[in-house]
Amino acid sequence: MNKAATAYKPLSRVEMAARVARDIPEGWYVNLGIGIPVLVADHIPPEREAIIQSENGILGMGPAPDEAHINRWLINASKLYVTLRPGGSYIHHADSFAVIRGGHLDLCVLGAFQVTENGDLANWATSENDTTPAVGGAMDLAAGAKRVWVVMEHTTKSGDSRLVRRCSYPLTAPGVVKRVYTNLAVLDVDAGGFAVREMVEGLTLEALQTMTDAPLRLAQS
Amino acid sequence: MINKIVQTMAEAMAGIRDGSVVLVGGFGSIGQPNALIEGLIEQGAKDLTVVANNSGVGHVGLAALLETGHVRKIICSYPRTVDPVVFEALYRAGKIELEVLPQGTMAERMRAAGAGIPAFYTPTAVGTRLAAGKEEREFSGRKYLLEEALHGDVALIEAWEADRWGNLTYRSSARNFNPVMATAATLTVAQAQHIVELGALDPEKIATPGIFVDRVVHVPYGEPVVT
Repeated sequence: MNKAATAYKPLSRVEMAARVARDIPEGWYVNLGIGIPVLVADHIPPEREAIIQSENGILGMGPAPDEAHINRWLINASKLYVTLRPGGSYIHHADSFAVIRGGHLDLCVLGAFQVTENGDLANWATSENDTTPAVGGAMDLAAGAKRVWVVMEHTTKSGDSRLVRRCSYPLTAPGVVKRVYTNLAVLDVDAGGFAVREMVEGLTLEALQTMTDAPLRLAQS
Repeated sequence: MINKIVQTMAEAMAGIRDGSVVLVGGFGSIGQPNALIEGLIEQGAKDLTVVANNSGVGHVGLAALLETGHVRKIICSYPRTVDPVVFEALYRAGKIELEVLPQGTMAERMRAAGAGIPAFYTPTAVGTRLAAGKEEREFSGRKYLLEEALHGDVALIEAWEADRWGNLTYRSSARNFNPVMATAATLTVAQAQHIVELGALDPEKIATPGIFVDRVVHVPYGEPVVT
């Protein structure tokens, strides 16, 4: 670690979720994946009407209830209790995936293990011989939403870059990720690869590049 | 007079044979017809192929069906849900087969079965290892995979209210796979918390009309527990 690397503070999981939420405009229909993505909903102010879809058949999902207002038949994709906003509705699973696969979602925010410079996404299995691979709705969401954004730590716990030239983990979908939010930076994925839109305060492109396998450039603003 | 309501679990499970493909509703433990699953364990059909989103939670419901050795194969999208202890032990011991499907592909394969569509093309899983062995075809410049209808011999589903014609309503997100599974099986059996008089259900709120339902059992078990 050089001195520059100690002069910045990575975002926490909650701060990463809040950063994603800032970019979701009113009127979008949005699916939030398991992990950091579901935290995004807590940071969209209620007066900004973005409609959250949950794969198990909810449109207009609201925040977690307090103990006194739990509906025990109302859970999200992470199997946690949630609420329904006024205007919300329930649909069955085939219709829910018609919403997902049919291009009706403006945005899906997913967690990931790895993203490549051409937008390949790996987020469902950690090796080719994963004993019990669990895909859930990830491949449908990746293939069907109008935009796929990823929110994830910039590196693994052991310091390996999650922004890579080529995924070493099995793909969820090729060429679908349009933007990545990490604990260090926000990056667009375009025809030229990763374009850095912003970095946490005190971090330089050079320092970020040392922690990133794929080549980086600054976005044209 | 049509009356699909049966008084005993034995009647509800009558005729289910060894080797059947059984569609089981629910997402995690919500909307999962645990009483019917217990009835199926009691009935004793073996060598079953179960289609369900998850692979059973703890030791009840679907997990109990697995644990008692009735299931040869499970087709699901997310075997690694909360506390899948029974499934994981069986799978590690090589005592159960697993087929993992993308969740939307699983739902649509059953929708197709119920709608008389033998196969369809989907963009999901193109370019991934789950595309292995599947026909790929391009439409308007985009690649798709051929997926076949997934038909059940039996569907076990959980409803909120039911009448004697088999019309059903659901409660909140407990709807999930239940309506689509009800359409996709030769024999559809529903457990319902409430049995109401014919005509009492608001026709605008009936989510599964009785044409898709063969038998209904009254199971007023109260509130589910997310585990």
